[in-house]
Amino acid sequence: MNTHKLKQKAIDKDFLDEIAHLPGGERIIDCFQCGTCSGSCPTAHVMDHTPRRLFAMVKAGFREDVLNSNTYWYCTSCYICTVRCPRQIKITDVMYALKRIALKERYVRRKNAAGAFYSSFVDIVERDGRSFEPELMVRFMLKTDPTLLLKNAVLGLKLMKHGRLPIRRNRIKARNELRAIIRKAKSESL
Amino acid sequence: MKYTYYPGCSVKATANLYQESIDSVTPLLGIELEELEDWNCCGATAYMSVRELMSFAISARNLALAEKHHRDIVTPCSACYLVLKKTNQYFADYPNLRKKLGQALEAGGLSYSGNTRVRHILNVIVNDVGMEKIAGLVKKKLKGLNVAPYYGCQIVRPHYYGCGADEENIDDPDNPVSMDRLIEATGATCVKYSMKTKCCGSSLMGTEEKQAMKLCMEILADAESNGAHCIVTICPLCQMNLDVYQSKVNRLFGTKFNIPVIYFTQLIGLALDRPAKELGLGRLAVKMTRPMKQILQGA
Ligand code: SF4
Ligand code: SF4
Ligand code: SF4
Ligand code: SF4
Repeated sequence: MNTHKLKQKAIDKDFLDEIAHLPGGERIIDCFQCGTCSGSCPTAHVMDHTPRRLFAMVKAGFREDVLNSNTYWYCTSCYICTVRCPRQIKITDVMYALKRIALKERYVRRKNAAGAFYSSFVDIVERDGRSFEPELMVRFMLKTDPTLLLKNAVLGLKLMKHGRLPIRRNRIKARNELRAIIRKAKSESL
Repeated sequence: MKYTYYPGCSVKATANLYQESIDSVTPLLGIELEELEDWNCCGATAYMSVRELMSFAISARNLALAEKHHRDIVTPCSACYLVLKKTNQYFADYPNLRKKLGQALEAGGLSYSGNTRVRHILNVIVNDVGMEKIAGLVKKKLKGLNVAPYYGCQIVRPHYYGCGADEENIDDPDNPVSMDRLIEATGATCVKYSMKTKCCGSSLMGTEEKQAMKLCMEILADAESNGAHCIVTICPLCQMNLDVYQSKVNRLFGTKFNIPVIYFTQLIGLALDRPAKELGLGRLAVKMTRPMKQILQGA
């Protein structure tokens, strides 16, 4: 956490509405700034704005500042804030929504490792129906920092030594059906 | 007791030791697991971060496939558990989402009416098998072994979806005790420590490694300072983080942790006197320590 100055000049009056219309975001208007979420969050200390502060910013229409922050990228999806929020705000879902908006609108403030990781994962799952960890990690490192390949070789070797490194891709049979489901879902949105 | 089994990608790969111990122990407990045929990855955090409707759709495919068998779907992975359960709950709560998911599934020749019950394997062992039966099956009391239960975050959180404290849910989201009781049923001592549901940061491990390792370090430190000989987990991702990354944590923070991190099914297996090899214990990155072995031999 820090005392980041807000940079945005004009406020975006529609931002609150935008978030409130997402599944899980409907109660955000009820946030009464108690700070339970920030106090529970395992990564609040590295976030530009704590979750509590982020919600104040959402409500006040600081769309640019919210999306430019690292807050939601540091969300681990642990759901503890959501469990504890006295106003039943589905905070984790809001963090997910912010990630999706940021990826879509290309908010890549810094080298966006999380975005690269997620898209590598999604590519593999859409192709095979199952994830394949070695390929996922290699793809991700190539996209972000190829020197990571060397740095992480030890880890891979360790897994191999214990017979824990899968060598074959695991594909489902109904790949066409799965793709049809994904295609249909893609054509719709919420 | 027969269940539809949803293994998830991890137990088929880096967490094969979890699967080995599940295969060893479940028949002895009277649990029959029939793997859901042609299941697909549930998508978890990564997919949800990219596309919401598609993420729910691929997850719902599994629920639709399972519904045909009219049995509970059981998974050993906390991440899969949360995703499948959340999909179910949103399917029930949001009519608009339900309609769109129905259309997407139809495109793949499937339909879903929302009747598949999602459970974690810990829940099945604790509630359907029950402590008494397990205590009765114990061949080797693990007396003197201090075990720290690590629930991790995702298994205990679905509460908030309004699923309530019914038998589908594991436990209290802040202070769960089901694994504590299980540890005691094996004759071991359950270590009390405050980090048992603190997130280990798994979803950041690929991208913000240092932060994730800091979270792991805090969990390991808390367990160690409270006298744990080992940590017991219920999720392939938690185990991977705390076990495989432990030496890296030591290097980064100058710590000297040497704490084996085993699966709860491996712990049960030890108490039922199954051979270590059958339980996949040889695949641990942090090997069983000498004190631990001595206690097990003396038991
Ligand atoms: S816990 Fe809920 S009400 Fe309190 S600050 Fe966080 S979001 Fe707002
Ligand atoms: S779900 Fe995200 S925002 Fe909420 S406590 Fe966990 S890491 Fe923090
Ligand atoms: S644990 Fe991860 S990789 Fe495995 S099925 Fe669930 S989402 Fe997919
Ligand atoms: S791996 Fe970590 S983040 Fe995932 S469920 Fe386990 S504790 Fe939570």
